[in-house]
Amino acid sequence: MTQGVGVAGIYVRDQDEALEFYVGKLGFRVHTDAKNGDYRWLTVQHPEQPSFQLGLYKPAPPTMDAATAETVSTIVAKGAMPPLVLIVDNCRDAYERMRKAGVEFTQEPMDRYGAVDASFRDPSGNGWKMIEGRG
Amino acid sequence: MGHPSDPNQARAQDPALLRRLLRAKDRMDAASHEEWPVERLASVSGVSGAHFARSFKEAFGAPPHRYLLTRRIERAKALLRDTDQPIIDIALETGWQSLGTFGRVFKDVTGESPSELRAREQAASHALDEVPHCYVSAAYRPNLTMAVSEKRRREASDSKDTEDETEVRK
Repeated sequence: MTQGVGVAGIYVRDQDEALEFYVGKLGFRVHTDAKNGDYRWLTVQHPEQPSFQLGLYKPAPPTMDAATAETVSTIVAKGAMPPLVLIVDNCRDAYERMRKAGVEFTQEPMDRYGAVDASFRDPSGNGWKMIEGRG
Repeated sequence: MGHPSDPNQARAQDPALLRRLLRAKDRMDAASHEEWPVERLASVSGVSGAHFARSFKEAFGAPPHRYLLTRRIERAKALLRDTDQPIIDIALETGWQSLGTFGRVFKDVTGESPSELRAREQAASHALDEVPHCYVSAAYRPNLTMAVSEKRRREASDSKDTEDETEVRK
């Protein structure tokens, strides 16, 4: 596939902390980590999804003014950013592994309509639903 | 000091505090059937009880107990719709102590009794199978913008206004 969505990003309160979370705890890999002064373009990738990058962006000048950055930071911290979905082969195994690594789960794995799902948040407040793929 | 509900005067809340308040909200979401006294929520967020209730309302637009109520009603509505469990079981499972209190609050919030809602919802067909469950359930969350007691009072006074109007027309 050569067409499609290449990068979509989320706002994080601290890029080092987000990197430690998505790479250290979730098992993503760094795709690009480029700094230029105060600006840092940081994207990670799921190891099984090479065509997609998840951007981890800090709401801060120079990409937005300080007041807007503060507003965005509060929205992220309130968990009001759009929902994210992570597909896994085995939700309960992933839950155990991630919980031991220190991931903050907001819902334990539960069976629903023939699939298992759980919920967790990243340190910034972004909410993920983790759903077991249906084969 | 500006009033906290005035966005032009209120100081923005600290994102670090908001993230901890979100943790208390998440805990209520995960176990809305449990009792959540303010002190318990405050300890989840690492703030004092008095500070918690005020900060939570400022952050999420409703006091913590009212937020919990909306989650309980949302869950009760889903169980009424999706299961054939007796209403008393649903009341106890969603955190009420008695059928009477559940029925009264449910009607105050939704405008229908639990059995009326069940009959109407089960008659309608649903096309939400493709939407992840948690987002479907949010569609059933009541938009409770005032305290239930206030809602009761206003509805009582609305019906009084109507009567007054009728009298004027005569």
